[in-house]
Amino acid sequence: MRNRVIPVVRHLCALFLLTTITLASKAQNTVNGTVTAKDGTPVAGATVLVKGTRAGTQTAADGTFSIKIPANHDVLVVSAIGYSPQEVTVNGQPSVAVTLQTVASTLTDVVVIGYGTAKKKDLTGSIAQVTTKDFQKGNIVSPDQLIAGKLPGVEVTSNSGAPGSGSTIRIRGGASLNASNDPLIVIDGVPLDNSGISGAANPLSLINPNDIESFSVLKDASAAAIYGSRASNGVIIITTKKGRVGKPVVTFNTAFSVGKIEKKVDVLSPSQFRSFVLTHGQSYGGFDYSKLLGTANTDWQDQIYQKALSTDNNLSVSGGYKNMPYRYTVGYLNEQGILRTDKLSRYSLGANVSPRFFDDHLKIDLNLKASVSETRFANQGAIGAAVTFDPTKPVYSGSDRFGGFYEYLDSTSVTGLKSLAPLNPLGLLLERHDLSEVRRSIGNALFDYKVHFLPDLHVNMNLGYDVSTGLGTIYVSDSAAAAYERSNDKKHGGINNKYLQKNSNTLFEFYLNYTKNISSIKSHIDAVAGYAYQDFLTTNFSYPDLTVDNYVISAPNYPFDKPENTLISYYGRLNYTLADKYYLTGTIRTDGSSRFNPHNRWGVFPSGAFAWKIKNENFLKNSNIVSDLKLRLGYGLTGQQDGIGDYDYQTFYKLSNQLAEYQLGNNFYQSYRPAGYYYNRKWEQTATYNAGIDFGFLDNRISGSVDYYYKLTTNLLNSITQPAGTNFSNTIVANVGSMKNSGVEVSLNLIPVRNHDVTWYVNLNGTYNTNKITKLTISNDPNYPGAPYGGISGGVGTTILINAVGQPRGAFYVYKQVYDQNGNPIENVYADLNRDGIINQKDLYTYKSADPLYFFGASSSVNYRNWSAGFVMRADVGNYLYNNTFSSTGITRNIFNPLQYLSNGSANVLTTNFTGNGDKNILSDYFVQNASFLRMDNINVGYTFNNVMNHVGSVTLTGNMQNVFVITQYKGLDPEVQGGIDNNFYPRPRTYSIGLNVTFK
Amino acid sequence: MKQNIFILIISTMLLGGIMTSCNKDLNRLPTNDITADSVYATAAGYKQVFVKLYAAFGLTGNQGPAGDGDIQGIDEGFSDFLRLWFQAEELPTDEAVIAWGDVGIQDFHNMNWSSSNPFLQGLYYRCYYQITLCNDFIRQSSDAAVAGRGITGSDADAIKQYRTEARFLRAFQYSVVMDLFGSGPFVTENDVLGSFLPKQASRSDLFNYVTSELLAIDPDLAVPRTNEYGRADRAADWALLARVYLNSEVYTGVKKYDSAMVYAQKVINAGYSLIPDYRQLMLADNNLNTNEFILTINYDGTHGQSYGGTTYLTHAENGGSMAGLVTGVGGGWAGLRTTKMLPNLFTDPNDQRAEFYTSGQSIDIADQTQFPDGYAVIKYRNLKRDGTPGGSLDFSDVDFPLFRLAEMYLIYDEAFLRNGGAQDDATAVGYFNLLRERAYGGSTAGDVSSIDLDLILDERSRELYWEGLRRTDLIRYGKFTTAAYLWPWKGGVAGGRSVEDFRNLYPIPASDVSANTNLIQNPGY
Repeated sequence: MRNRVIPVVRHLCALFLLTTITLASKAQNTVNGTVTAKDGTPVAGATVLVKGTRAGTQTAADGTFSIKIPANHDVLVVSAIGYSPQEVTVNGQPSVAVTLQTVASTLTDVVVIGYGTAKKKDLTGSIAQVTTKDFQKGNIVSPDQLIAGKLPGVEVTSNSGAPGSGSTIRIRGGASLNASNDPLIVIDGVPLDNSGISGAANPLSLINPNDIESFSVLKDASAAAIYGSRASNGVIIITTKKGRVGKPVVTFNTAFSVGKIEKKVDVLSPSQFRSFVLTHGQSYGGFDYSKLLGTANTDWQDQIYQKALSTDNNLSVSGGYKNMPYRYTVGYLNEQGILRTDKLSRYSLGANVSPRFFDDHLKIDLNLKASVSETRFANQGAIGAAVTFDPTKPVYSGSDRFGGFYEYLDSTSVTGLKSLAPLNPLGLLLERHDLSEVRRSIGNALFDYKVHFLPDLHVNMNLGYDVSTGLGTIYVSDSAAAAYERSNDKKHGGINNKYLQKNSNTLFEFYLNYTKNISSIKSHIDAVAGYAYQDFLTTNFSYPDLTVDNYVISAPNYPFDKPENTLISYYGRLNYTLADKYYLTGTIRTDGSSRFNPHNRWGVFPSGAFAWKIKNENFLKNSNIVSDLKLRLGYGLTGQQDGIGDYDYQTFYKLSNQLAEYQLGNNFYQSYRPAGYYYNRKWEQTATYNAGIDFGFLDNRISGSVDYYYKLTTNLLNSITQPAGTNFSNTIVANVGSMKNSGVEVSLNLIPVRNHDVTWYVNLNGTYNTNKITKLTISNDPNYPGAPYGGISGGVGTTILINAVGQPRGAFYVYKQVYDQNGNPIENVYADLNRDGIINQKDLYTYKSADPLYFFGASSSVNYRNWSAGFVMRADVGNYLYNNTFSSTGITRNIFNPLQYLSNGSANVLTTNFTGNGDKNILSDYFVQNASFLRMDNINVGYTFNNVMNHVGSVTLTGNMQNVFVITQYKGLDPEVQGGIDNNFYPRPRTYSIGLNVTFK
Repeated sequence: MKQNIFILIISTMLLGGIMTSCNKDLNRLPTNDITADSVYATAAGYKQVFVKLYAAFGLTGNQGPAGDGDIQGIDEGFSDFLRLWFQAEELPTDEAVIAWGDVGIQDFHNMNWSSSNPFLQGLYYRCYYQITLCNDFIRQSSDAAVAGRGITGSDADAIKQYRTEARFLRAFQYSVVMDLFGSGPFVTENDVLGSFLPKQASRSDLFNYVTSELLAIDPDLAVPRTNEYGRADRAADWALLARVYLNSEVYTGVKKYDSAMVYAQKVINAGYSLIPDYRQLMLADNNLNTNEFILTINYDGTHGQSYGGTTYLTHAENGGSMAGLVTGVGGGWAGLRTTKMLPNLFTDPNDQRAEFYTSGQSIDIADQTQFPDGYAVIKYRNLKRDGTPGGSLDFSDVDFPLFRLAEMYLIYDEAFLRNGGAQDDATAVGYFNLLRERAYGGSTAGDVSSIDLDLILDERSRELYWEGLRRTDLIRYGKFTTAAYLWPWKGGVAGGRSVEDFRNLYPIPASDVSANTNLIQNPGY
């Protein structure tokens, strides 16, 4: 199948080129005009079409347009989002003025749903959409950040402050334990592969956020079930900007940003450190640590962080050639990280054209996105090293050895370096050259054929691909301490390695769409039936681990590995509308996945939903107060198979590598190991119930929705213990257990002021979500504590989180700290919870969870004449974080390392005086801290100059500040850390940006 | 119109055809990993799976030094057999304390472990992992299976011998389960893999099974000292029988000291001899010690890397003021030391078996978590006899003898005494003095004229300390949990205290009790 798709794609590229050849048009009657709103403000971007022709244009930022009218045509159709379309008869006038009536809400918005679009007013499921005007603003590298805080039920947490590191997205809390909790992302009809690509911190960062028009989030099952197998965690449909019929519009925007570290980890200052060592370390464990003190005063965090400068530039041309809308865009982004040496450059290209043929019967949408990202990854190990490196030591040693950086030395060791001691943080950064180049291209061709003899029937075919190649090299000089004399014989050092990975995801879809108005029975039918084939192929190339003089440390067994999985689906959807009041939707999808054995391969995922448009009932129809009221009810079943092994429903034998050989006699053998497997693995299923109300009052100046949902996941893909002796792996992902999520989402859109000069929009949203694991094992053993996970530093193999029955996913599993009468924790004294007189693992208890109970978003934007201003805030409540910096560095055992060197640590050691001796302190609930927060994500202001000069339509200047403030009780660096463990978090910078946007006409 | 409909039908059928043909794409296979049928197609393939049965003792997984571990739920570096077994057998005794804070590690010496202890869980699953590997191999290497794959002649004979050794290795692991956990799930090659719940075998069931298997395979194993280095032969079989029979009274309540004597003596008479220098037992080139070693776990810092095994021992014992090269490593991990009980057994400075590092170390332990508290032990050294280090300073070459001749002398003597033998019996005293003479560098200055059980226990510690036998010895002598013998920090108090007798057995890990409803937890847990 792959072979069939790729040549088609190549032909599409040729088509793109054809469309660029000419943009000229013939001279005809020209009419100029302006389009304004009722209040007199110009309407930019309105579409002006000559009725009955394919001729059209768009208004400029000042609302003006100019259009050539063919002979025998006299009527213009003017439309714009948020306004009722209007027809104007030209009557031979040279200019016309058009005033559009607002449709005072977004309810006419067309919302992208799976395999089609729908008007928002017709939706039966829980679907939320964010478009360009509501996106987060500022220096945004990865598209996921655009919707942070914008939608109820959708939590977007940026993974770190590193450039392009992306976000973790959770819709209604996710649905799984060990399978994926990431939503499915579909870009212009191409579902993306959730797996990453070598050389890119996050695959979404390969897409230019500036090209995105809208995000549609399908939250409940009835909306998402059409995506069946991959929809359990919700679906995000991203639509890129498209051309519109009309004169070419050229837009250029550029932004310049400066990012600065906002807060550093609170460690002992050099003088605090000296006095601590002199007070406590003169005889610690029989050793005088004070003799290790140096004379320098170094703030290592100042050494590793920098001001990060970034520019982001985009140029786009859009318009229509004859009847063919097109949009081309190029982008160049250059972003530094605040961690020195971190850098990302991205060149991106986007193109889409939508030619029509056979009298508009055949519509083809061609989308192509391509990008090249060049990254230098900073060695993030420096973040932790800067916290712990001795502040009384200098940055440089004065010698050439180890790149000139000061390092802990040991004259008795072969390399001269102190074994296992931390390395110079700045040396870690500057000596490592981890460079990558990642190319990604996503494209598709959507054919929409309106059948000639049956125009109600559309035949659709979608051919798509998503390919990426990540190529990288890691070079560390042989002088660098991090790779000094690292070969077994200590004669070869440095790193000179390369990596290469290719992802290829191909898509073939075919579906029929039938719509019919049956006015005799006031009914409308919209039916879809289709087929999809999608294949995910990764090729991992293997290279030897080399020193800089190309000495082989280890060599791979095979030149490459090609994991692959395939999904085949059949689906159908029926929408039935009666009298514009009652809406029924039913979907069914069956999916087959290559990840399951042939008997369990296919899963069936149905859904149904009902909506009652109460507003259209006679008793409300004429109400001036209630402008919209709709009730929605839905149920659906979705499946999941992401995040599990591709082949392990049967056992395979795997050859050990060349560093895992075993000697028998005089020979070393690579051995074959049978792998764990689980034959009966099948689809994880999530049943979702959803009830919601959409409302609007006072001409929709107050509008919003409230949803209640309940999700029950069964056959949980859950890593469970296998009975000893029955499998080659003591844990395996099986379908055991169940979990429920329930919650309430509220969103409220307000327009407090709307007049000639001022419009003020406010969006508020809030979500309450609870999650509870209801079953984890085949037998319900009350003594089974649960499945621990979440490794922390400070003890090898130590975990802090647990999935336990009756608890939310990711509860902390800790000892209950005992405090003295002054409220200070008493080290190594914990509550004996099972009262057996001893403190051991039986006294651990589940405490709080990393997930918030409530999360909120608030956005406000004000337009006053040519000024605009806005802000976005987010808050999480009820989320807790394990402060691993406190637990692993704020202890004397860290400062006076048993290997006899000094380390700095969290200043919290002065409060607790914890020694860190023993194996229990690190599991104290003292370190689990309330991480509820309120954060202002950005605050922005802009000013637009209209009609600046000839050929320049408008110029907009913007100023933006990101990560403005955080209010929290959390005692560590940043309360917002995905996953519940705060350990050497890459700080989020505070970023100041100025931007310029120029539209040429 | 009709034509159009016809075209539509045709195209729909064509598309339908494409779709159906695509369904076979749902059968995907890995690129490099192979099925059982492929791996067992050749004699070489059999050998490479057979190697894994031994490699599962010495390595932590499929990728050195870490990255693709055999055992889940525990850090891979902790998950090899020797490291886990050493900790379970030595840390709760007078012979060892550890300075680290890895969760659960301090429970051993403090004697307050629970059924959720991650190290006990790791050890249990390592034992059963090896049993499962052996079961699979035994199943795949039946005469019928081998013949069915067209393998005949000397290849088939070799595979037959692999199969016998697999049965030995399985019996060895069941003996470890019997010793540590008492009872446990019982699975053999006759059980099909997959989701079934194995039945629990009692300690005496396991004893009967282990001894009957060892007796059954005895004739089929290689003649002592004729097999490849690192592979089990009849002497290994006898040595395990001797060890198991010595502890029979603990395991089953039935004394089998006569059998212990018989099998110890069979080994003694099999042509082994003590190497001359005790201090060369645990060195990087101790593969030279085949005169004394009966069965070894083989380690090689260049070809087979992990953070367990003797890499762990040579690094963890190194710390304080000790240079890395004292134990042949790049730098120590500052973990393991001993209580004063062990050095105090060496009252005679001429006994060369006292391999301690004392500079900067105090013999008393004020705080177990401080490396300088307690003498360091430097028995395992990644150094060759000529003093140069092994092939790598980061991974050890030191092989670990699961059985060596010295233990057989001591088993014979103890069984002889427990059987009512005379304290001045010439053979028994003679065996004892062989160890003494080696310990005294060939001198007879340490020779004794009579032996008793307490002397044997002390001598076992002097001879076999840190070789993974101490807990079993103390239990056999009734000294592990009781007040009859206290050592520093026994039970978590400085002067030592007795603990509950149920701690003579380790708990079956809670995770398996939960996964397998047939299992009944040991009393007290």
